Amino acid sequence: MASENRSFEPRIVAFLCRWCSYAGADLAGVSRMQYPPNVIPMRVNCSGRVDAEMVLAALDKGADGVLIGGCHPGDCHYVSGNYKTRRRVVLLKRALEAAGLDPRRVHLEWISASEGGKFRQTVESYVEMIRALGPSPVAAARTVPVGASDDG
Amino acid sequence: MQGPRIGVFVCRCGLNIERTVDTEAVAERLAEHPGVVHTETYDYMCSDPGQVRIKTAIAEHRLTGVVVAACSPSMHEPTFRRAAEEADLNPYLVEMANIREHCSWVHDDRDEATSKALRIARTMIEKVKGNHPLEAIRIGHVDKCLVIGGGIAGIQAALDVAEAGFQVILVEREATLGGHMAQLSETFPTLDCSQCILTPKMVEASRHPNIDVMTYSEVLEVSGYVGNYSAKIRKNPTYVDPDKCNLCGECEKVCPESAPSEFNRGLTERKAIYIPFQQAIPSSYTLDENTCLGLHPLRCSECAKVCEPEAIDFDMLPEIVDEEVAAIIVATGYEPYPILNLGEYGAGDVPDVIDGLQFERLLSASGPTGGEIRRPSDGRVPKRVVFVQCAGSRDPENHNAYCSKICCMYTAKHALLYRHAVHDGEAVVFYIDVRAGGKGYEEFIQKATEEERIRYLRGKVARIFREGDRVTVWGVDTISGKRVDLEADLVVLATSMNPHPTTETVTKTLKIGCGGEGFLKEAHPKLRPVESLTAGVFVAGAGQGPKDIPEAVAQASGAAAKAIALLAQERLTHSPEVVSIDEEVCGGCGVCVGMCPYSALSLGEAGVAECNEVLCEGCGTCVSACPTGAAQLKNLTDGQIREMVEVALADG
Repeated sequence: MASENRSFEPRIVAFLCRWCSYAGADLAGVSRMQYPPNVIPMRVNCSGRVDAEMVLAALDKGADGVLIGGCHPGDCHYVSGNYKTRRRVVLLKRALEAAGLDPRRVHLEWISASEGGKFRQTVESYVEMIRALGPSPVAAARTVPVGASDDG
Repeated sequence: MQGPRIGVFVCRCGLNIERTVDTEAVAERLAEHPGVVHTETYDYMCSDPGQVRIKTAIAEHRLTGVVVAACSPSMHEPTFRRAAEEADLNPYLVEMANIREHCSWVHDDRDEATSKALRIARTMIEKVKGNHPLEAIRIGHVDKCLVIGGGIAGIQAALDVAEAGFQVILVEREATLGGHMAQLSETFPTLDCSQCILTPKMVEASRHPNIDVMTYSEVLEVSGYVGNYSAKIRKNPTYVDPDKCNLCGECEKVCPESAPSEFNRGLTERKAIYIPFQQAIPSSYTLDENTCLGLHPLRCSECAKVCEPEAIDFDMLPEIVDEEVAAIIVATGYEPYPILNLGEYGAGDVPDVIDGLQFERLLSASGPTGGEIRRPSDGRVPKRVVFVQCAGSRDPENHNAYCSKICCMYTAKHALLYRHAVHDGEAVVFYIDVRAGGKGYEEFIQKATEEERIRYLRGKVARIFREGDRVTVWGVDTISGKRVDLEADLVVLATSMNPHPTTETVTKTLKIGCGGEGFLKEAHPKLRPVESLTAGVFVAGAGQGPKDIPEAVAQASGAAAKAIALLAQERLTHSPEVVSIDEEVCGGCGVCVGMCPYSALSLGEAGVAECNEVLCEGCGTCVSACPTGAAQLKNLTDGQIREMVEVALADG
């Protein structure tokens, strides 16, 4: 599996809340921390803006993983959006499982504006994890000719 | 309908972006992206010539949207939006693609970074294509400011705002203004008398035509938004009319009931009818109903019988006052760490183990001993006093993890004042380190140690207990490595600063955050230290974190300046990137209403949701909960996000 995936570069989208995780990613940049380029960040005001449909759409469009970054519990700029996200992600993981997808293809992490290092580590470990999981079967079904590969 | 005409401006940022991202290649490839009619690269897009290029291109190419692929939007989004506005393009049709912080600075490989920069830029092009021109929401406001907390920070903030010509309501829950500063004897490092510098400010606040002082009062509810908050304040009954009370004190003499004096921190008693201290503001007695035998002529009423001006009114009721204010300054202050939590130091068990604020009362000329240092148990003058620093601070296993910042200085002051008062007395200080950062602070410590021969022992105290009429202190001197057993007459614990117990209630009332330690949370620890994350609510004083008087005063003036800047504006602006409801689609289920932390959403008469744009902060939590897609965030709709995701993942 690992040797098969050596050339596999995961495509990951990240929904980062503006106040904590996006700012944490900015800090990683200011601090010149190096991490894999597989994650395309997108800014949302609050992790509470991230709904299940957005994540499913990303997986449908070929994402191998979806990362969600929010403020730590108690720190949400909008009082409680991150708690709602936490509950939604739990349900979403179950839905992914029911659909035959690995629930780890969606991942929620609390990253504060002062945690540039945590942002880097999160990206590093998530990219590695998705690399080990292999391409998303949804993505594969979209891009690979039928019968060429099946790792779902 | 005319299609989108997007201009993309790729910044090289000197070499900051160019080093790892091939900006020419990015611009070339993006020129092929549907809807893009113009691309260019430049060394510094944020510079004046860079902005001129954007403005020129907007006019020349009749652009309907602009993407600046450069640094983080937190750096220059306002810059480029303003530039677009100057070229008559709505500022909300300008977006930044962050190819520096999120790309060139974090990747080495030029091909990989260039490819990622392209993807990031494409997401923003798709976003701009879905953006609509918006106008900032402008709201009127009232001209009043509410200050919560009447300690030195609250007083200073109230005075500054009032001096600027705006009305202030200063709410204090105790019977007098002054806070803890009124209890202090002398202040470090200058040793000026605390009350002598505080009471003129108390008087000034109470006499200022623009300040309405409400003591013995609490803020019950706050609703509304920046510029237009409604506050419900309860004025608790003091049962004494301050306009009639002439401070003769006859009531106090005849009152049969007493309770520990809050002002003297339990070192003395006060009567049920009392005045906290002589210079209290308002200058009036207060009848504490919890201590009083009963607010009824049949129960006691001795005080009312002797009150010549007939100031006592047992029928006084709590009064609820509604106030409309534009800004709120929270200065709820601190409380020393509860001494009873320090059982290992004999606190609560050994009468001659006291906290720093109690020692202030012993030192104070207005204190229970008239400024003579006499220990609580037998009134003897202590010949050896042991001071224990970091009592409750810097002890993450058992107490507070943080440093309380002021204790090194006030302990040195205590030891020095003790030596001034008791010439043959010995002062011993246990410390972990001496932290004396501040103007004249280190010099003060040097003076205390050298001139006053105060013995500083580096180490922690393990246990303190009573032996006969003395107090035994077991500790370790970590420099010599030896155990130290000391017999002391009095032990003073330099207890840490905790947020005042009411802080949590106040933060919940105002919906502003508390940090992990329970202190008021500032919007940014460095760049926005006096603002809360809620617009129009500011923080000041020791409620925000341990600090000494000059810092509290400076922060209060800072918070006041922020409040004045808000009050002085004719109209306030609010981001228009808020939620809109498609009435055709909304089924009126009301799920969004429960999601909104700001009560911005409600079900209207038509049975569909309505969004009060002024209250909406644009978090979008309701949007993700809306089952029909009727709720959408302006300029970040579900549809826009779908397009963004698609191009982020597309090949090439």
